[in-house]
Amino acid sequence: MKLKAILIAGLLFHSTISYSETIFVTLEKDNAIAVVDPIAGKLIKTVEIGQRPRGIALSPDQKSLYIATSDDDAVIIVDAETLKLIDKLPSGEDPETFAINSDGSKMYVSNEDDNQITVIDLVNHKAEKTVSVGVEPEGIAVSPNNEWIVSASETTNMVHWIDAKTLEIKANTLVDPRPRALSFTADGKQLWVTSEMNSSTMVIDVATKEILHTIKFSIPAVGQEKVQPVGVVIDALQNWAYVALGPSNRVAVINAKTYQVEKYLLVGARVWNLAFSPNQERLYTTNGVSHDISLIDTQNHKVTKSIAVGRYPWGLAVKK
Amino acid sequence: MVSSARFFSCFLLLFSLCGAENVISAPVQEIKVAYLAQEKKQPAALSNLEAFVKHKGWLGAKLALNDNNTTGQFTGQHYHLEQRIVALDADVKAVFIDLIKENYQLIIVNLSAQQLAEISGLNNQQALLFDVSTRADSLRSQNCLNDVLHLLPSRAMRADALAQYMRKKRWNEWFLVLGNTKEDGLYAEAIRRSAKKFGMKIVAEKKWLHSFDARRTAQSNVPVFSQVGDYDVLVVADEQGLFGEYLSYRTWLPRPVIGTQGLHATAWHKTHEQWGAVQIQNRFKALAGRPMLEEDYAAYLALRSIGEAATRTKEITAVSVKAFLLSEQFKLQGYKGKPLSFRSWNGQLRQPVLLAAPTSLVATPPLDGYLHPKNELDTLGYDQPEVHCQ
Repeated sequence: MKLKAILIAGLLFHSTISYSETIFVTLEKDNAIAVVDPIAGKLIKTVEIGQRPRGIALSPDQKSLYIATSDDDAVIIVDAETLKLIDKLPSGEDPETFAINSDGSKMYVSNEDDNQITVIDLVNHKAEKTVSVGVEPEGIAVSPNNEWIVSASETTNMVHWIDAKTLEIKANTLVDPRPRALSFTADGKQLWVTSEMNSSTMVIDVATKEILHTIKFSIPAVGQEKVQPVGVVIDALQNWAYVALGPSNRVAVINAKTYQVEKYLLVGARVWNLAFSPNQERLYTTNGVSHDISLIDTQNHKVTKSIAVGRYPWGLAVKK
Repeated sequence: MVSSARFFSCFLLLFSLCGAENVISAPVQEIKVAYLAQEKKQPAALSNLEAFVKHKGWLGAKLALNDNNTTGQFTGQHYHLEQRIVALDADVKAVFIDLIKENYQLIIVNLSAQQLAEISGLNNQQALLFDVSTRADSLRSQNCLNDVLHLLPSRAMRADALAQYMRKKRWNEWFLVLGNTKEDGLYAEAIRRSAKKFGMKIVAEKKWLHSFDARRTAQSNVPVFSQVGDYDVLVVADEQGLFGEYLSYRTWLPRPVIGTQGLHATAWHKTHEQWGAVQIQNRFKALAGRPMLEEDYAAYLALRSIGEAATRTKEITAVSVKAFLLSEQFKLQGYKGKPLSFRSWNGQLRQPVLLAAPTSLVATPPLDGYLHPKNELDTLGYDQPEVHCQ
């Protein structure tokens, strides 16, 4: 009887939010997530989720949504269809960002105040271990082959290379001041790291852990100290990389083969995080201060639309 | 001291012998930093609500020590912070000479402008001094000490920050009220300079003479005292906090108070939480059991600057640290949204200045629209062409 009711409710829900593509955006100051249909260019609804939501990601099977509710000291799991709470993960204090490995079995959470990474088993929802890293760990990523967990510490100014099997730090790469976000290329050969304070992005060779190239950003008529790189993504074909440049309100379009900056696209105010549409034809940005997201056409490198979503959009995840 | 040095050189030897490829290497390079301060006499205060904080600054250095040593685990470096807090009646100069004899080349100094100038005179470039206390403009524009880096904003930077905001608000006509200490005079001078620089007008100026018991008579005296015709804001110069708090809400005309009280300019404030500041506020509170003050922030930045130099260059002599910190390569994260660096012409740390009211952060100049050919942070304080230092 009860099961039936849930099934029916599920079906009803399903029919109401079954779009071809859905963006979930964490709203840091609304304690909620925004659900957006990018094809229709519309905010569908806003759902309360917990205190100060920031990092957000879908499970590889797209069934669960993980959200760091920082002021509740938890990463929560919600059903990606119904948006109902499934469980709370023991993430440690003040979780902001996290990464999930490719088979969805492990989550790695940055605990900024405690200078550590918490490893969570996503099968039994238990914290397995903590790994001590540098001061104020923030950006975190798992290599495509699940060999490396990399963590960037903002004050130590390093990328720590953690062996995913032994959970020991095997190498450290000193990078430009205040590294924020990092992203592996699809082939797993490069790691791209943004530096907020040096207006730069470094391309690191995964084999040697050394910096191959440093890309400097400079925008005509915009003060250099406003050019603060945060989010970074590289397309699957490794033709283009995109870096969100914070309070300069621009996204840099970089030729991922030559490392030349081809264009700066004007988006909303304090652009922070980036995510591709499933077919990578569009790129979405969260613009914290202008309370909206921007839609970028990645074929023509043009900003096509902005959608108001709520107060302080922080991160985003895109579901097929 | 000697034995620990020997211990470390043995360690170094062991390491080179083994040729171990340990990534998290044991500490092999010891970085010695001293912290020199003097006990302070508890000053007269207007209110008993704000407790007197002993040893402002020290815990900021301690926090940076922890941060640097966390980083040091990965770089094979270890930081040692030697605390020398001199008694009120003791001789700071003698203690400084001892530190030089003990080969401390990096010294955080929390002393008055006069004492700083005196020890700089004895230093002979042997140590690099990190001033975490003074705000004197003379040391940054006329009588520069080229062995000193100043971490706190000068009075001119503070006054310029206020003036930028006033200009934006178009509160252009100022009534300047100053106390009768030497420091109040210097603050008032900085206010006059900024007024001129940003096209403000000082329409009235008065000295608060302390010729009556302010505690009893503030209500009746401030309205009379403040009848000077019309003005937009009252700018108060009372660095010690002896009367400034009495002015708000008691003036003849309903006008805001800015300056050393009311809306004030500071390097750090408990209400500041943007740009990752919440994290350092929390870490400091956990360590100190109180909010971080600007001297703590300055000492934190001083030791963090040393940490940056040591991490990136591995060179820790006074000469090499100074060269790195004054280079274009040095960019310090200071939780104020812009990379911090030192002005090569006077050793002043470039930084945004917070404009804070008691429970809210109002603005963080430099504000948008104040342009500078090189770095907008240089719209605050003495810029290169204005400085006449050798």
